[in-house]
Amino acid sequence: MITRELVIIGGGSAGIAAAIAAYNKGCRDILLIEKDPELGGILLQCIHNGFGLHRFGEELAGPAYAEKWTDMLGSTAVEVKCSTTVIHLTGDRHITYVNPEEGYVTIEAKAVILAVGCRERSRGAIATPGYRPSGVWTAGTAQKYLNIQGYMVGKKVFILGSGDIGLIMARRMTLEGARVLGVAEIMPYSNGLPRNIKQCLDDFDIPLYLSHTVTDIRGKDRLSGITISKVDENLTPIPGTELDFDVDTLLMSVGLIPDTTLFDEAHISLNRKTKGAVVDEHMMTDVPGIFACGNGLHVHDLVDFVSMEGEEAGNGAVAFLRDELKPADRLSLSPGEGVSYVLPMYICPENMEEKTEIKLRVTGVMRDVSLVLKSGDKKIAEQKKLKIQPSEMEKLIVKRDDLAGLKGELVLSVAKA
Amino acid sequence: MADTLYDVIIIGAGITGSFIAHDLSKRECNVLVIDKAADVADGATMANSAIIHAGYDPAPGTLKAMLNVRGNRMYPEVIKEIGEEYRACSAFVVAVDDGGSKILDDLALRASDRDIEYRDISGDEARRLEPNLSDDVIRALEFPTTGIVYPWNVAIALMEEAVINGVTLKLNEEVTDIEAGVFKEDANTSKAETVKTDSFYRVKTKRAEYTGRIVINAAGVYADKIYSMALGHSADFSITPRRGEYYVLDEMENPVVSRIIYPVPGPSGKGVLVVPTIHNNILVGPNSLPVDDKEAVCTTTEALSRVKAAAAGTVKNIPFDKVIRTFAGLRPSGGDGDFIIEESANLAGFINVACIDSPGLASAPAISEYVIEEVLKDKLKAPYKNDYVHRKPFIRMYMLSDEEKNEMVGKDPAFGEIVCRCTLASKGEILDAIRRPVGATTVKGVKKRVGPGLGRCQGGFCEPHVVEILADELGIDRTEVRYDSEASVILVEEKGASRI
Amino acid sequence: MNKDADTVKKVFTCIVCPRGCEVTATLDKGGDILSIEGNFCPRGETYVRNELTHPMRQLTTTVKIDGGIYSRLPVILSGEIPKERMMDVMEAVSDVKVTSPIKRGDVIVADVCGLNVDVIASRSM
Repeated sequence: MITRELVIIGGGSAGIAAAIAAYNKGCRDILLIEKDPELGGILLQCIHNGFGLHRFGEELAGPAYAEKWTDMLGSTAVEVKCSTTVIHLTGDRHITYVNPEEGYVTIEAKAVILAVGCRERSRGAIATPGYRPSGVWTAGTAQKYLNIQGYMVGKKVFILGSGDIGLIMARRMTLEGARVLGVAEIMPYSNGLPRNIKQCLDDFDIPLYLSHTVTDIRGKDRLSGITISKVDENLTPIPGTELDFDVDTLLMSVGLIPDTTLFDEAHISLNRKTKGAVVDEHMMTDVPGIFACGNGLHVHDLVDFVSMEGEEAGNGAVAFLRDELKPADRLSLSPGEGVSYVLPMYICPENMEEKTEIKLRVTGVMRDVSLVLKSGDKKIAEQKKLKIQPSEMEKLIVKRDDLAGLKGELVLSVAKA
Repeated sequence: MADTLYDVIIIGAGITGSFIAHDLSKRECNVLVIDKAADVADGATMANSAIIHAGYDPAPGTLKAMLNVRGNRMYPEVIKEIGEEYRACSAFVVAVDDGGSKILDDLALRASDRDIEYRDISGDEARRLEPNLSDDVIRALEFPTTGIVYPWNVAIALMEEAVINGVTLKLNEEVTDIEAGVFKEDANTSKAETVKTDSFYRVKTKRAEYTGRIVINAAGVYADKIYSMALGHSADFSITPRRGEYYVLDEMENPVVSRIIYPVPGPSGKGVLVVPTIHNNILVGPNSLPVDDKEAVCTTTEALSRVKAAAAGTVKNIPFDKVIRTFAGLRPSGGDGDFIIEESANLAGFINVACIDSPGLASAPAISEYVIEEVLKDKLKAPYKNDYVHRKPFIRMYMLSDEEKNEMVGKDPAFGEIVCRCTLASKGEILDAIRRPVGATTVKGVKKRVGPGLGRCQGGFCEPHVVEILADELGIDRTEVRYDSEASVILVEEKGASRI
Repeated sequence: MNKDADTVKKVFTCIVCPRGCEVTATLDKGGDILSIEGNFCPRGETYVRNELTHPMRQLTTTVKIDGGIYSRLPVILSGEIPKERMMDVMEAVSDVKVTSPIKRGDVIVADVCGLNVDVIASRSM
């Protein structure tokens, strides 16, 4: 069996960045595996602009952002295999992949980075009642049909869920001549970026129905209509609030979930909230030598941060390969009041760099608050925020020096400023 | 040109019609199968619990009791013959109180009478074997001969073999009228020696008309309507579908149960079951709700929450956060509760195979045998063929060793091109499914035969690719590819087509 | 509600970057801008000034391409265009067809609709 130093699974934003980072740290035996015929991942179908502001200081279309990274990768000696699907990963880092040229091949890696991306929650996953006709897709599937293949899935559209892909598709379908009759969001707030509400819905007078969900789907062959209902504070539909829409298409933008198929086989522990792996400050999972990053670890709202996390994992993997990650005491990191998740879930002060970034999401829309990291009653770090909301990932920097001598659990909460 | 005179016209390409077509294809006779759907096994056969029940449940003296027991015994051999998958996964019927335990006594009695293997075990022993069984379970009967299949694949395999051996299959043809007793002089290409009778049938669809000496009505929920067409007045049985709604849980390495878990049966049937599938998904359901509409395969929040609650009565820790799909199926229930398998009293040569609700799937091979040997008997004197050929099984890469897989990829690189990342189905397997005798022509057809769309992404990633493959392979535009029926349009137009 | 009857406050969600600042513009009776607040960067002010007078938007779509890995080439504009002209540009590029190879940044349609911006390729293909 062939042994490779570092194998990166997934050639989207996270995987490419991880490969470049590891290469720049000196790793010279890197294999990057991508299932699609070219690198770039989901960005290739995200033809809208808004990518790269943090990274490149300009707003790029998705394919342009991907191409810039692919070009950078091209100047390294990282080996890339496209049209190659990894079908098995074991805890001892045996990887089986398949492609049309080589068939089924099993190799061993000294370190593995999983940069596998996420998938969209489907209608089935949220058990939307009604019939199951053609005409109900996730927003991303409709996006692929339109932007990659050049086909329209429908002419009269309703969108369930205010996730960014749904909002982007509302504008995109409208520009292509479809009528988008509305967007329903079960929560009392939008799940998409505020600017997408403005430029994708408001610009085209598309109504946003907050605290509403789809309660019926009609049509035995092709979708003929849907019903939405207002929901109460328990998210239960309220009888008598039904609104009917005659539409031929329902797009679902009801959440993204890290694609953890390979994690399961390698027995990597998952976090209930992120639905991705439990990782430490180097993005290493609880299976030594297996790292995770990007949307396959937790779902990001900005690709720039996906790339950065890829770099963290790339650096982490090199540290592991150089045996720099020592077995040492670690602190566990937990979400407190107002926080739905934190990442990493463990920090090892001895192994960490001078500072580390804690990423988090909050449980609701809040104004004039502070993010506070505590060990018992001791405040370790704090940052004031004018406005925070679940749709935007927040970050809190913690310094190694501030963690010295601490033991046990750190809790990150939202406190009134 | 003279019409073909068919010896037998089977209306309905579900599991029953497919079994009969398959079994008749072993004999010298001309058989036509008509179905209104776009594919074989699109009705009740596509949406049920997928269980080959052992046969202890139906009331004594019924056709259901006789045919279920016989069908269960026939399955392993039939499945092997057609190259499909069958797993004898065993089942528990569990009691949570004394009333339930009494019912188990009755079932045990029936099982002994019918020579069905079973074990009577305590609640603790049952929980030792199935740790997620509810703490309330006090006793269980285990029926090790209970099995699972993918019903639609069984029907497709049967129909493939039927077609290879000369059966004609017409899909997307809804029967609109049946004329009894119309004889066409020039229609005499019949192969079999049929008993002289005045009965001939003109079966009309929206596209064509077909003539047959014998009609087998295996039309599922529409069997009453089909029979009425032939009679010219209302049939003497009617079918009121009973809807069953289900949850499908994601494939798991350690599914919550490894055996099928039944509660004790009640007045409305077998109750809500927890069922492992061949690919380690879990089905939870069904409820049982009579509906007037023969197409009402919708799900409702109320029914599904009742299913959830009922399942909790027998199994704990069901991971409902792993639901990937919900669905509903319609049981073709009617008559007096038993199967109706007989020649019409009014129409010679018109055979009703109706009201085939549960245990219809488990009984299907025995139903076919009964139809041919007991009901048709001398009406169709068709000797066995000596040139009968078996189908080649579906190519399923996951069943092959690594060496065999690489041999396949070596022969055709398409077997190394993964299309569906959930089920790991390759382009080669999809092409095989399309190119077969009863090949997939729709996205759902590919899903049924190969898997893309059955997994956790529910086709989100692979559907555009499957549409592309279907269009290329069938030589049609992508806008002409359908999800299932002819009206189930996927892509409405190429971008910009409606701009001037 | 504005307390001062002589001024009007208008709240905008800035779309310049993903931060999405809430920017408040205070206008006098005649519609003249008295103040702009809440923007994190100067681009927010420009955005709001434009929004009050002549809203501008970026536009992305695809054009047909022959010989590429896919049949559609994603395109973007070299600059923003008046919001009300978006549909005109969609119309203008709807029957554009190019042939591979195309490089990222290549001009696909120059000076589209006379708007002084070009339609350019978002990627190489």
